Amino acid sequence: MKRVAIIIVVVVLLAGGWWLFQHQAQPSVAPSPIKADAASLKDPALVAQGEYLTVVGDCASCHTAQGGERYAGGRVLPTPFGNIPTPNITPDHATGLGDWSFEDFWQALHSGKGRHGEFLYPVFSYTSYTKVSREDALAMFAYLQSLAPVHAPAQQPSLAFPYNVRSGLKAWRALYFHEGEFQRDASKSEAWNRGAYLVQGLGHCNECHAPRDSLGGQEGKASLAGGQIPAQNWYAPDLSMQANGGLAGWSEQDLVDLLKTGQSARGTAFGPMADVVVQSTQHLHDEDLRAIATYLQSLPPRAATKSEEPLFDTHAIMAQGAKVYDQRCADCHGKDGNGVAGIYPPLNGNSSVNEPTAINAMRVVLLGGFAPVTKGNPRPYSMPPFAQQLSDADVAAVVTYIRRSWTNAASVVMERDVSKYRHTPID
Amino acid sequence: MKTLSAKWSQAGRAWCAWMALILLTHAGIGRAQDVPHPVIPDTLQQRIAACTACHGAHGEGTPESGFFPRLAGKPAGYLARQLKDFQLGLRKYAPMEYTVRQLSPEYMHEIAEYFAAQEVPYAPSPLPRVTAQTQERGETLVMHGDPSRQIPACQSCHGSQLTGVQPDIPGLVGLPYDYLSSQLGSWRTKTRAMAAPDCMAEIANRLSDSDITAVSAWLASRALPADMHAQAPGSVTPPLHCGVLGDQGDGT
Repeated sequence: MKRVAIIIVVVVLLAGGWWLFQHQAQPSVAPSPIKADAASLKDPALVAQGEYLTVVGDCASCHTAQGGERYAGGRVLPTPFGNIPTPNITPDHATGLGDWSFEDFWQALHSGKGRHGEFLYPVFSYTSYTKVSREDALAMFAYLQSLAPVHAPAQQPSLAFPYNVRSGLKAWRALYFHEGEFQRDASKSEAWNRGAYLVQGLGHCNECHAPRDSLGGQEGKASLAGGQIPAQNWYAPDLSMQANGGLAGWSEQDLVDLLKTGQSARGTAFGPMADVVVQSTQHLHDEDLRAIATYLQSLPPRAATKSEEPLFDTHAIMAQGAKVYDQRCADCHGKDGNGVAGIYPPLNGNSSVNEPTAINAMRVVLLGGFAPVTKGNPRPYSMPPFAQQLSDADVAAVVTYIRRSWTNAASVVMERDVSKYRHTPID
Repeated sequence: MKTLSAKWSQAGRAWCAWMALILLTHAGIGRAQDVPHPVIPDTLQQRIAACTACHGAHGEGTPESGFFPRLAGKPAGYLARQLKDFQLGLRKYAPMEYTVRQLSPEYMHEIAEYFAAQEVPYAPSPLPRVTAQTQERGETLVMHGDPSRQIPACQSCHGSQLTGVQPDIPGLVGLPYDYLSSQLGSWRTKTRAMAAPDCMAEIANRLSDSDITAVSAWLASRALPADMHAQAPGSVTPPLHCGVLGDQGDGT
């Protein structure tokens, strides 16, 4: 029944998408002429700029398998629709981008289409990359073409019907994909424009930090408002730095610290964001980090949300949580939940503790782990994993206690919530 | 005049003392009201709480269950390589892969050196009930191998005392039966691998199931030598090509 319903939805979407496609003005802007001949692609300055930009875009993170050659693809990205292995983007002729022209590359990045015009799966975040300028795309292409070619044949995605029908993406694109380079806002500062360009485009922050609907699409209005990362099961917090925002109370310096060193006075990166810091943001120029902060500071305040008051008496679970907290957590995070500056993050007022789903707090308690290893923090402190030592009930109690103590006022966590997240992810 | 000034000075001293008392008391109250702030030692042991939570503060492991391996005293090169192999996915165990995923080579070496330098007494672990023949088969394999099936003796690489060889070869004595047999098994199921050529995978696949039981049981029940330290570098000539030993060795 469910499958039939999905098929009907997809057929309707396909028809609607086709109609939209026919009635949409074709993107009339002819690509600006750009010098992409073999000689200019070898310009060392262009290649160096491209290397920096691929780090900003964190391309290697998805296009490198665990233990595999950098940029040779093969990492399998889990999505709610099936698993999609990433392709090889080294310049190998048979299996990589060796035969690609810059216009092929531009079509993928800007329009989300493969070399033969086929629609690419949006797990490749062209919904963001479409904002990248042609000049930057050229530099990245020059860098990728400068790599040593690696022979690594593409693996096929394992998508269930109807998601394996690529033409279905026509409808998806009509709904969620807005092709077009970043447009400067002349009323804003240079730094704001640079930050917006990086965050909305190459940095593809929105791909995690915004909610997705059941078709994996994103509402434009909810930009950077936080969301659960599908299949990975982490919660990427709201990035507004104003009232009621996920980063309310953060200064520009706090944000720069977190992106540069993995830690700030307000919190520490972990899970997928730890990887982003290690592989990408720690290498960004200071002025780019400040530009990102300038842009995020301009995100609007959020509506005040009040977590639903539990229907039961929470005294018992809070008392149990307090006991676990005193035994396991207080030595490092402090009885006051304020952590230790430069070493252990505060839990009081921490956006990842108070995020709506409690997934982050539960998983960090279960998994522990090191703060990001960066040039600014090469020997980080770490947190013990408690999966072996605490029962689901204890984890629920201590996370509830942390989410409802000091200035925190987030929702209660139940034992059954914890059991869902006991397994350890590799991705 | 003199008395007056002396009197004043006395009063001044008393006033000062009184003020000091008030200040001290208030300071005392202030401290008592503050929440005690955690004092965090700047030590590697403190930094690696994620490791020691399971492996023990000194890498003693859990000999009673054999579940969390002992790290103490294992050669540093060997330990650092294991961290790297978890990063690369050559060794498969999700909690370890998650924990070490973004550690730098320098930090992994420092952590490896820490555990390698720990001197912890060996604790007994449960022994399986096996027959005398099994023990005998185990001893034969460990000390002499089985040339008919091209199985080299364990001691030809792991040292004559089976305490390992610096810097890359771990000792085999003092380890729990469950740990030893599960490692040999994981080489066969490809959840543990090493840089090619993977000599241990070769050997594990040449061993039969009962051989794995025999070798593990004999090693786990062996009396420990007085000196448990790994032997000096270069004191063995590996009979197989081993990627982890720089592909030295001359056998097949």
